[in-house]
Amino acid sequence: MYGLLGNSEGNLFDEFRRMEREMNQLFGAGPWPTGIRAVARGTYPPINVGGTAEQVDVYVFAAGLDPATLDVSIQQNLLTIAGERRLITEEGADYYRRERFDGQFRRVLSLPDDVDPGKVQADYRDGVLHITALRRESTKPRQIEVK
Amino acid sequence: MAENKDVTKQKSKPAQGAAQTEAAMWPAVDIFEDDTGITVQADMPGVSRDGLDVHIDADSLSIVGKLDIPMPATMEALHADVRATRYQRSFSLSRELDRDKIEANLRDGVLTLRIPKREEVKPRKIEVRAS
Repeated sequence: MYGLLGNSEGNLFDEFRRMEREMNQLFGAGPWPTGIRAVARGTYPPINVGGTAEQVDVYVFAAGLDPATLDVSIQQNLLTIAGERRLITEEGADYYRRERFDGQFRRVLSLPDDVDPGKVQADYRDGVLHITALRRESTKPRQIEVK
Repeated sequence: MAENKDVTKQKSKPAQGAAQTEAAMWPAVDIFEDDTGITVQADMPGVSRDGLDVHIDADSLSIVGKLDIPMPATMEALHADVRATRYQRSFSLSRELDRDKIEANLRDGVLTLRIPKREEVKPRKIEVRAS
């Protein structure tokens, strides 16, 4: 099932972990700036972004939402995801743990410059919002024939 | 799209190589108790019914969920808050809980477990009589 993700280089998440290590080495103690819209680690909801030559895929890990309450918009290459999760508190029950996020959230992501704002789709399945943005035709890699 | 899943009782399995040692995420949970039992709600976005495994040992309840998100093999990571492919968390159960009657329900990535108390231990109001 998950083997679908695998390729000869190891799967995508190995890639994520490798990237994290490199980023930590690169940005860990240095004076380098972070993105102006970047949020602290652990901010709700967690988001992964992956890209292929054809498209950019954004995965928002937000379980138990009503898709109708989600507000996804794109302006140029700036993707905004806003929504609200209202948890129902069980009347008359004693709570031991309340770790799940409750309230409004909003995240803004800079996608690569070549995404086409007119070709963005979103769907919600198993608690993951998946947004697909196609890259512009003209910027896709093209094989140039040597004559 | 609610899905009910049978909770299976299993003996503890020995660690299965790399898959078991791989880093797992801790799903955020809410846990509350009322007169008839305890409810656990766990956020496990990306886990489908097939990828969910809830099992009960002698006195512990384990929740394991594998991410089931189809992605193209050529995909390159641009940003990642989620870096593991599975969730795992366990809880120890106390004696008054009826492990044979646990119910599990997975809906939009939220797992709800209902753990009822045994009949004989449900709280009873004790009347104080004046002599």
